[in-house]
Amino acid sequence: MLKIENLHAQIEDKSILKGLNLEVKAGEIHAIMGPNGAGKSTLASVIAGKEEYEMTAGSMELNGEDISELAPEERAHAGVFLSFQYPVEIPGVTVTNFVKTSINESRKAQGLEDMPAKEMLQKIREKSELLEIDRKFLSRSLNEGFSGGEKKRNEIFQMAMLEPKLAILDETDSGLDIDALRIVSNGVNKLKSKDNAVIVITHYQRLLNYITPDFVHVLHDGKIVKTGDASLALELEAKGYDWIKEEVNG
Amino acid sequence: MELKDKLISSYVAFENGVDINSDIHEIRSKALQNFEDLGFPTKKLEAWKYTSLNAVLKEDYSIFPKAETAIELADVKKYFIHDIDTYKIVFIDGKYSSFLSETTHDNMDICLLSSALTKPKYKAVIENYFNKIAKQDNLTSLNTAFANEGAYIYIPKNVEVEKPIQIINFTTGAENATMLQPRNLIVAERNSHVQIIERHQSLTDNAALTNSVTEIFVDTHANVDYYKIQNDNINASLVDNTFVEQQKEGICSVHTFSFGGNITRNNLNFYQKGEHIDSILKGITIIEGKQHVDHHTLVHHIEPNCESHQDYKGIYSDRSTGVFNGKVIVEKEAQKTNAYQQNNNVLISDKATINAKPQLEIFADDVKCSHGCTIGQLDDQALFYMQQRGIPKKEANALLMYAFANTVLESVKIPEVKKRITNIIADKLGVDIGFDL
Repeated sequence: MLKIENLHAQIEDKSILKGLNLEVKAGEIHAIMGPNGAGKSTLASVIAGKEEYEMTAGSMELNGEDISELAPEERAHAGVFLSFQYPVEIPGVTVTNFVKTSINESRKAQGLEDMPAKEMLQKIREKSELLEIDRKFLSRSLNEGFSGGEKKRNEIFQMAMLEPKLAILDETDSGLDIDALRIVSNGVNKLKSKDNAVIVITHYQRLLNYITPDFVHVLHDGKIVKTGDASLALELEAKGYDWIKEEVNG
Repeated sequence: MELKDKLISSYVAFENGVDINSDIHEIRSKALQNFEDLGFPTKKLEAWKYTSLNAVLKEDYSIFPKAETAIELADVKKYFIHDIDTYKIVFIDGKYSSFLSETTHDNMDICLLSSALTKPKYKAVIENYFNKIAKQDNLTSLNTAFANEGAYIYIPKNVEVEKPIQIINFTTGAENATMLQPRNLIVAERNSHVQIIERHQSLTDNAALTNSVTEIFVDTHANVDYYKIQNDNINASLVDNTFVEQQKEGICSVHTFSFGGNITRNNLNFYQKGEHIDSILKGITIIEGKQHVDHHTLVHHIEPNCESHQDYKGIYSDRSTGVFNGKVIVEKEAQKTNAYQQNNNVLISDKATINAKPQLEIFADDVKCSHGCTIGQLDDQALFYMQQRGIPKKEANALLMYAFANTVLESVKIPEVKKRITNIIADKLGVDIGFDL
């Protein structure tokens, strides 16, 4: 599904990603872990197409198509979803209307008509139940005054509505209490299928107790320096990241 | 000939059409003298520091349209709020159009100032209210000097007007350049309720200059909602002078939507003459090109326990310029005043300018006065977030701007007006999103 080769990316002349390779196949869950400043969030932003980041070398393909030149919305239409570490507050736009606009813009890009109101409502009802979201919450301004946990839950709600091919969860566990973590993880697991893929970016192993990865990658200084299975995450949790750094440098 | 000289020298011709022995004409003559002394405002005046009328005043305006021009309803229907039933007072080049209007004398008077000024039936109201709160400044004086036609709205006590009233001034451009000076008088007696929509619309590219004066009296426990839709074409300029006097427990809101025109200057003045009054002043400005919109507001808190709420949002593109000068005076007696003022601006281009000046003069010691003023750009993070969710940049921009302005729209009480404003905004931003937020 996603194939990244020798990816180099920089922001304002500061090089962050330095030759990253990653292949994610349909049906897989990949975890990307690493110390602060390793480039985890940058990788998420670069895949999503944030303009501030300049891709200086390498390639990035989604289902065999080069997406490196596409605008963020075009990547979204192609099926890329990024759950933000810090979701943005947009006063004046309700959750429901934002999601409606979002879905219908994607449909428009695919040459489809707007989703019929009845179908939209049905879907909103279904997905909000899945994520145990109070209906009142949906008529509030997007992320405005939401707690950290509510923001993250709202991200996964949008993911559920948009049904992306590739979902990247950037530090989705931060700010979540144990109940919210369970609800969010449960949501992600239910949305998971053999046709889509998930990249979980996280600093801690905690989330991976709920969302079991097929692969765990360690990102360090802009490169993936180690890949293993779910047990690697446990090892990192126990031993920290220093040994990886030593292994790489030594 | 300079416009000032032209106006003064044509006064004799104006006097031919009015009763020069009336008390009203006494008021007019004094006002003319006042204008003659003061002349047009220049940038040397503090209140006109950022707004120059020089270029606009250079046009050779026709002051009295020579011929009556008929217009077809089908051609101008789009300028009306036409999806609901309304009263209408319509003028074409300053002349009343009975064809396009729908007035009434049934239990209230929704008609013409020209007849109110001359008929004995209205004498008492005119004596009590005409030119009582209009300032004696240069442009208001100029309007008063030529005051003869406009809307006259008198709502007796306890009357709730069942449908909104539209006041529309069309300029046909039959002359090369047209100057109009409409004069409106609105009196809402005790416990009455009325909603008014005002619009100035030029129908050609010929220059138009409107110097309008509106006096609004809101008696005890009366409620007046006033909506100004300013979306005129690029060669039309407007100076709007509006004065509101409120009595005890009166509520008055004025929403000003400034989307078009060449130079638009809004002088909006509220005087609170009783306790427990609420004054609401809101505005959305979205302009581009070289357009200029200037909001000068004044809220004069004279009595205790009153409130005022100001919320002005501005979005400026290209080389457009904006001014917000919000003055709040709280007199020594006006304890427990709650005065709120918010002015937020977004500059879309590096060449756009906003001059924002909150001005608070507080003489009482037990009051709550807050003001906030921001000037910024659209949030790049928010744009990326929306794009990531599949909303194209242009639509994301529009949605952000619409959301930014939405606090002002929320308080619009006529759904059709809200819908119209929303459509104008979508049209201006070049998007086709049904902003149903």
